[in-house]
Amino acid sequence: MRISSVKELDELRREIQDSRDPDRPRITVCGGTGCSATGCKGVAGMLRVGLKSRELEGRVDLSVTGCHGFCECGPIVIVYPQGIFYQRVTPEDVDEIITETIEHGKPVERLLYRDPVTGEKKIHETDIPFYQKQMRLTIGNNTAIDPASISDYLATGGYSALAKVLYGMAPEAVIEEIKRSGLRGRGGGGFPTGVKWESTRNAPGDIKYVICNADEGDPGAYMDRSILEGNPHSVLEGMIIGAYAIGSHEGYVYVRNEYPLAVANTATAIQQARELGLLGEDILGSGFSFDIRINRGGGAFVCGESTALMASLEGKPGEPRAKYIHTSEKGLWDMPSNLNNVETWANVPLIINRGSQWYSRIGTESSKGTKVFSLVGKINNTGLVEVPMGITLREIIFDIGGGIPGGRRLKAVQTGGPSGGCIPEALIDLPVDYERLAEVGSMMGSGGMIVMDENTCMVDIARYFTSFLQEESCGKCVPCREGLFRLGEILTDITQGRGRMEDLPIIEDLSEMLKDASLCGLGTTAANPVMSTLNYFRDEYVAHIRDGKCPAGVCRELIAFRIDREKCTGCGVCMKNCPSGAITGEKKQTHVLNTERCTKCGICYDSCRFDAVKKE
Amino acid sequence: MSEKNRSRGEMVTFMLNGARVQADPGSSLLEAIRFYGLDIPTLCYDEGLTPYGACRLCVVEVGSGKREKLVASCVHPVREGLEVRTHSNRVLKTRKMILELLIARCPGSKKLQDMASELELKEIKFRPLNDDCILCGLCVRMCEEQMAARAIGFAGRGRDRYITTPFDMTSEECRKCGACMYICPACELRCQGTGAETVLCSGCINTEPVCASRYDDAMCFMVPCLSCVRTPEDVK
Amino acid sequence: MRKKNQTTFEGSRVDPIIDKYNAEQGSLISILQDIQAEYRYLPREALEHVARRLNIPVVQAFGVATFFRAFTLEPRGRQLIHVCMGTACHVRGSQNVLEEVERKLEIKAGGTTPDGEYTLETVNCVGACALGPVVIRNEEYLSHMTPTKVSGLLKKV
Repeated sequence: MRISSVKELDELRREIQDSRDPDRPRITVCGGTGCSATGCKGVAGMLRVGLKSRELEGRVDLSVTGCHGFCECGPIVIVYPQGIFYQRVTPEDVDEIITETIEHGKPVERLLYRDPVTGEKKIHETDIPFYQKQMRLTIGNNTAIDPASISDYLATGGYSALAKVLYGMAPEAVIEEIKRSGLRGRGGGGFPTGVKWESTRNAPGDIKYVICNADEGDPGAYMDRSILEGNPHSVLEGMIIGAYAIGSHEGYVYVRNEYPLAVANTATAIQQARELGLLGEDILGSGFSFDIRINRGGGAFVCGESTALMASLEGKPGEPRAKYIHTSEKGLWDMPSNLNNVETWANVPLIINRGSQWYSRIGTESSKGTKVFSLVGKINNTGLVEVPMGITLREIIFDIGGGIPGGRRLKAVQTGGPSGGCIPEALIDLPVDYERLAEVGSMMGSGGMIVMDENTCMVDIARYFTSFLQEESCGKCVPCREGLFRLGEILTDITQGRGRMEDLPIIEDLSEMLKDASLCGLGTTAANPVMSTLNYFRDEYVAHIRDGKCPAGVCRELIAFRIDREKCTGCGVCMKNCPSGAITGEKKQTHVLNTERCTKCGICYDSCRFDAVKKE
Repeated sequence: MSEKNRSRGEMVTFMLNGARVQADPGSSLLEAIRFYGLDIPTLCYDEGLTPYGACRLCVVEVGSGKREKLVASCVHPVREGLEVRTHSNRVLKTRKMILELLIARCPGSKKLQDMASELELKEIKFRPLNDDCILCGLCVRMCEEQMAARAIGFAGRGRDRYITTPFDMTSEECRKCGACMYICPACELRCQGTGAETVLCSGCINTEPVCASRYDDAMCFMVPCLSCVRTPEDVK
Repeated sequence: MRKKNQTTFEGSRVDPIIDKYNAEQGSLISILQDIQAEYRYLPREALEHVARRLNIPVVQAFGVATFFRAFTLEPRGRQLIHVCMGTACHVRGSQNVLEEVERKLEIKAGGTTPDGEYTLETVNCVGACALGPVVIRNEEYLSHMTPTKVSGLLKKV
């Protein structure tokens, strides 16, 4: 069935909405990556079996949705109409959920979220502190939508922004609206989206391309994955609106092959949109045509850079080129091309539907709207959070994230992916927006937020990112290829106790050169992790070099393990776990660690329950 | 974007080290600067080939105040009113560092040694390797653009990037024309240690073992002299 | 286009894949991905065949095949073990997990066991950061890995 007018679209939407009884019981199981790994498939399977065996099949809806964000507590199950939020659900719990909640309308106490501070049980998602300070504009609908169902998307008002644009707004007016909203690229650079669209629209040429960058390569960030997996139509709708504004008829989604579910769900969504006439020739009978195809990435971080991505869309290695002539003039196949990332596209329908005025009221002076962050690392509530721009790091880490596990101290937050910077605890009251993050030597990036505690070595972190970027550098320009190689060499020396004080100015010179002379964004920002750690944690570098010590106890060459004779009970756990056979001892006798054989992997330290293994 | 509407032949005016100069609108900064006789070092550039922007030695400083930045002049177009500085401290410091990184990788290249002496680079702070190739890609472009053979190309990426034939085997496309060797800036006149034609500084010609490091007045200007390094172990 | 009945042994398996993408140059990466899914690696003859059909130099196909991490020119093992080395996994100790897998399989990352059973690779973030350290065995995500848990996930080789 093809829809060829707004009226037909509205009718279809009403039909879907009318067919849905708001009081009808519905169970949603989070099918995001996090919950998948903790076993949501088994839970969904058991639910299906359970509902069938009790002959509830036709009376209770069951859907597997996209990521709910609270990955720490997965698998997550929500039961409607009450909206009861169950966490860490196992297949064994399914029977009880059906009996208690579906049949008797009562919550299963033990599966509810328990506030770690007050001990209080929370019934609804909205009662949980993790969700309370969030503003889930782009990922919020993930909980309500089955990503494989276009009806679900239409029921929540999907494609109404597209209809509004095609039948009520000139392309210039759409661009103006996006410009007024203040939306900036969510992929890293923070370039104003409306301005980018405008220059692509104004560039000479009949063939123009619209590209969605879903090559989310930042380690520690997975919001694009969650949006594409959970709500692919919102991205498609944004792209179609953008294409209309720009005057493009061909679009690409470039998505990581490591995200098979995102690829599958996007492909399904494209197929469904085509069938309904929301994509392809003569969209909604408006005369405007636009189609989208999917290209899978080959696994290269540098392809997040627009010119590298376009090279790989042309079937070439992902090597960037100079951008003195912008991609909006000469991009893919040398045609004007407009590239935005997943989250940026997903914001577009929202702005069109609710207006730029509404949107621009959210956020700070220069950064409007919300941003999704993935809160990971040494944090209690790991997960995806969407917050208004301008919220402080403290609110994100402590109010939403629930603080640091084990009562340890926060040391730093790393934002902006591998080319971002480490922000020390002292700057925790920093409001998060593009400018403020850049001022302290970091950046927004795509929104990874990696929390580090006192057991994280900042020199090791700098070394880690440098080695990551060294592997991911395309190798074309000398500053990035050779500069990162030498930075890595020096940082490895320092972490292995061969550092010299005169290395520090060399690090600074190399960093300066990387920033000044590299060809693309990967190189120009590559020194951020090193510079920010050297800037805020210089004493740790000095401790490694001058005292030959790693204060956080991470760098293996600089630490040693021993067993405290007083505390060792001879339980044998360390001996059993030691991979190199370095620990010996009789049962119930003090064990001994042979430092010659010890590889300093730290397994004994982590596994000892009596605090008898000492690291120094 | 005023230059786009400019009719063919009309010149673009820009500021070159403070002087008002004119250039052809289609030309790159590098071409325009060299037209005025200024010396800009390059390794990956050749007039007959597509500019590549990889060696970054040709960086110049453009703009002023907060918008001051370095750009690769070989791929940057001339623009009306652009302020260009070819030899500012920042430019020179950057070129020197880039060259230092290249020499540390390929200590035996005469071309690099010559450039080092021009830029007064006298010391290498990094452990020398003993590579031959600086990955400038001139040979790749030569093979493709001038010889239409496309027999060689880049493989791998990052620190593992190298230039090769498909599957590192003799290529059917290769006509053994030698153009790649002809254009290579790094391997030409590689210091052989001995031989009047190829030696870098003459310091080592009559010595045994061949090593110039014992000569304080070695002409390659390196301290210690790197021209005869054969293996990384030699310099430890 | 070449006639179907003239294709070589490799061609007969590879041609349908190329045809699916209309032999477009821009689809090179997708084509190689599908070929790799078919063979578990990229055979040389297949790459040469693709280059011919797409009318691109072999060296370009080779460049792409060696540039992207997803591709391998050597046959892989029957089981794929990926250890995630992303940042979130790194700060939670993925290095120790990797080393334990390397010890257990007696191969280094990037290698394949002599019996062709396991290939061990590292990956820079799979977007499952909440579960780190993550190991992916074939398609299955294993969360909160520790060196102690490693032996349980590998059959003794």
